Amino acid sequence: MKQYETVIGLEVHVELATKTKIFCSCSTAFGGAPNTHTCPVCTGMPGSLPVLNKQVVEYAMAVGLATNCEITRKNIFDRKNYFYPDNPQNYQISQLYHPICTNGGVEIETAEGKKTIGIHEIHMEEDAGKLIHDDWEDCSLVDFNRSGVPLIEIVSEPDMRSADEVIAYLDKLRMIIQYLGASDCKLQEGSMRADVNLSVREAGASEYGTRTETKNLNSFKAIARAIEAERERQIDLIESGKQVVQETRRWDDNKEYSYAMRSKEDAQDYRYFPEPDLVPVVIDDAWIERVKAAQPEFREEKKARYIAEFGLPEYDADILTGSKKMASLFEETTAICKKPKKVSNWLMVETMRLLKEKEMEPEDLTFSPENLAKLIELADSGAINSSVAKEVFEVVFGKNIDPDKYVEENGLKTVHDEGALRAVIEEVIANNPQSVADYRNGKEKAIGFLVGQTMKAMKGKADPGMINKVLKEYLLKD
Amino acid sequence: MANVITDEIIDYVGILAKLELSSEEKEQAKKDMANMLDYIDRLNELDTAGVEPMSHVFPVNNVFREDVVVNGDDSEHILANAPESKDSSFMVPKTVE
Amino acid sequence: MNLMSLTAVQLGREIKEKEVSVTEAVEAALKQIDANEAELNCYVTVDRDGALKRAAEVQKLIDEGALKNPLAGVPVAVKDNMCTKGLLTTCSSKILGNFVPTYTSEAVLNLEKAGAVIIGKTNMDEFAMGSTTETSAFGVTRNPWNKEHVPGGSSGGSAAAVAAEECSYALGSDTGGSIRQPSSFCGVTGMKPTYGTISRYGLIAYGSSLDQIGPVAKDVTDCAAVLSTAASYDPKDSTSIKRDDYDFMSALVDDVKGLKIGIPRDYFGDGLDSEVKEAVLAAAKKLEEQGAVVEEFDLSLVEYAIPAYYVIASAEASSNLARFDGVKYGYRAKEFEGLHHMYKKTRSEGFGAEVKRRIMLGSFVLSSGYYDAYYLKALRTKALIKQAFDKAFEKYDIILGPAAPTTAPRLGESLSDPIKMYLGDIYTISVNLAGLPGISVPCGTDSKGLPIGLQLIGNCFAEKTLIRAAYSFEQTRSYARCEAAKKMD
Repeated sequence: MKQYETVIGLEVHVELATKTKIFCSCSTAFGGAPNTHTCPVCTGMPGSLPVLNKQVVEYAMAVGLATNCEITRKNIFDRKNYFYPDNPQNYQISQLYHPICTNGGVEIETAEGKKTIGIHEIHMEEDAGKLIHDDWEDCSLVDFNRSGVPLIEIVSEPDMRSADEVIAYLDKLRMIIQYLGASDCKLQEGSMRADVNLSVREAGASEYGTRTETKNLNSFKAIARAIEAERERQIDLIESGKQVVQETRRWDDNKEYSYAMRSKEDAQDYRYFPEPDLVPVVIDDAWIERVKAAQPEFREEKKARYIAEFGLPEYDADILTGSKKMASLFEETTAICKKPKKVSNWLMVETMRLLKEKEMEPEDLTFSPENLAKLIELADSGAINSSVAKEVFEVVFGKNIDPDKYVEENGLKTVHDEGALRAVIEEVIANNPQSVADYRNGKEKAIGFLVGQTMKAMKGKADPGMINKVLKEYLLKD
Repeated sequence: MANVITDEIIDYVGILAKLELSSEEKEQAKKDMANMLDYIDRLNELDTAGVEPMSHVFPVNNVFREDVVVNGDDSEHILANAPESKDSSFMVPKTVE
Repeated sequence: MNLMSLTAVQLGREIKEKEVSVTEAVEAALKQIDANEAELNCYVTVDRDGALKRAAEVQKLIDEGALKNPLAGVPVAVKDNMCTKGLLTTCSSKILGNFVPTYTSEAVLNLEKAGAVIIGKTNMDEFAMGSTTETSAFGVTRNPWNKEHVPGGSSGGSAAAVAAEECSYALGSDTGGSIRQPSSFCGVTGMKPTYGTISRYGLIAYGSSLDQIGPVAKDVTDCAAVLSTAASYDPKDSTSIKRDDYDFMSALVDDVKGLKIGIPRDYFGDGLDSEVKEAVLAAAKKLEEQGAVVEEFDLSLVEYAIPAYYVIASAEASSNLARFDGVKYGYRAKEFEGLHHMYKKTRSEGFGAEVKRRIMLGSFVLSSGYYDAYYLKALRTKALIKQAFDKAFEKYDIILGPAAPTTAPRLGESLSDPIKMYLGDIYTISVNLAGLPGISVPCGTDSKGLPIGLQLIGNCFAEKTLIRAAYSFEQTRSYARCEAAKKMD
């Protein structure tokens, strides 16, 4: 069989973290009963007019600058005309002819090494409403709560060649945008959505093949699966002498299969023209400089600083900066307790373990740096032992409780009263002659059982180091 | 120079504009559109090379709104004119097969 | 005394001086409506109960001294393409035949704040597309001067209602002459302000870059009063323009000495009715006698304004009217198979022929492969037209010409030949393309007794100069009332 190369470009839609919609003062908050976050503007009522949210321009510029784009000085919005019930005006306000950012790129790193992925453009547009299909009534229901939520669409060049590169690129974008605070970029919730443009060509060919666009990809895994499936589908077509048709396909991740979204009522002729209800957005040097000056420290700089300033191993610095939330938890907690390595350990071990167990993203973390700092203080001072600390942390993680109070109220403090400990140990030794004999006969491991029994009798609140010390004292003195 | 509007063009425009014309209306529409385009083609007499297309007459730029939530729940009003609604949503024929 | 024979400002003064109550004023308007509507059909909706209820409220506010505006308590008619909360707003279209807005357009809101009483919603060409008010889904409006003739359009209901004294003044909208031409045909005064002067929020869009609301009234004084009240900077309309001065009544000065008036030769060529020409040139002479400096000049590009306009307005309309789809409001076809068929049937049944014609044309000129040749070409032409006006206004304060090439045509004459109908807008359309203010003032009648309108065009933001010139001309003649207006005298 011939060798094929996969050529991939991405169209990434990102919902911006503004408080209000792009063209009206309705809330962008998630949830809420249908149509409770709507007004005449975002439901396309006759006579309503759009007014641009300035923050949308700021966020779009910030993302453009962080991805090395040129900023367009005179921005114009265009209408994209198509009929669909989730599109209340039956046109979407977008940017075709003069997108706000052009000609940028980001560097990614995969097992193959480093590579730059070009960004063709970034433009601003409005999101559509939501359709819920009602099988009972054989109809669809339209909710315009999401209609008019601001989006940026980041269009890459066809520079990617594998699913790994695609994932690395998306991860890089997500990191940049999260660091900017421009979006939380959650694929599952749809605040980041990627459409995959993919074509294949014989290795070494200079022309691109015919591409398809695959939509409805809700996770990195789905993206990887869809890329593999589409690559195989196209190669199969070519190998069997058929043609790839330029079309939009919808991925069904349960069936691991995509199907063409074709309709004879769908002319794909959007009749773009400049939106007459909006005036141009003119961006001058001063504005660009202001946005530039407000850019945060990005991942690479942060990583280097963590190593230099806090003496963290590169591995720690890499994981902590892997999410903006983690990084800020680290920095804020360290600022309080001044124990960077301890903070790092709590975040990298227990926090990551619980995130994985509960299938959560770092961005979902709700506990405060104050409470983590208090917990570290409790554990570090020996006020609670390490297993109690882990238990308490689980509660902090889940409910962001105050560890001092919690430990106090539940009587979890380590008992440092040696007299009490000795009484318990004497009892344990008396009740477990076999283990005592084993230990004395050289089976050192037997001490573990005795420590456990002691801890159990102390209801977990003893200092394990002290148990060990005192136990040995008894065992060795005959 | 006379423009000829074919059935294909009228059908295509019908799909774009979501209009369904009777055969009689279609014939009229073909004629009307051809006449209008002939008339509009007069613009070709004008040399507009190098002229910037003018979308807005006045050089007004940068009209913005601050990012502050003002609107509350207005769903009752929003749905007041809906031809059909259910569960506080607009009801439409099913959009998926 | 027939209260409806007064101008709006005169009636407002009577109300303020407690000579007349607001309820009496509203009742007088309703009486006049009862006397004429069966024949004229100026209104789509007469809000009898609403107006009477509102009259009592406004009277109370006037008595409390809370309302000082010269228009407080005066009955106004509003073109049916401006949204009015709780009051049917149809655009004279079947597709909006049952639409009751839950919000009020900014211009109407401004009038209401000043104490205006809305008497009803006036008939128009469907979605303001037409020059005769014959494309309305709710029947034609007849010209009060001669019921066999059209009132002009698209604000034909507003102009006819003012002429027939079924209201004291009205709001219209003007996309290509839709205030000035019917005002000319009905012998009343109508003004299109500079684009952006009156908010478009709540005005159901036809051609967004051209649409502008304006007054239709008996005289220039009323127009100035309405403009001062309705105009505002509106943050809800991104194309709204903050004006330095909203006191347009201060421009009501009878003095044109030294005012430079240009008459475009291109406005007096083929197609202009000789009686109209004579009346308009006589008007120019009057202004000259009063001290204005009048001269002829070549404006150029006049014949290109109409094709450019129809490309731009139809393109914008095809997009603006896409929202009428049977999903959120208005008409929905009764039977259909699936979503796209519902769209098609709803729109095909809901829109009239002229609206469909323009939506089709607009969709075509924007479609793939034609955008540059048609749409961009039209926008370039618009730029040239604007330049031509800019050049003219370097020399002149006012441009003077006819509002329309003829007086009102007979009913049914215009629709058969769309292009001929479109040609009737030749003197008004370029004013919209260039965003300029224009006013039509009665300047005589033809041999059939139909009114002739003089159009004065000002530079952008020069409404005050325009008002001064129009007011000065108006002082040279007296207001002529049609017979229909005199019914209740």
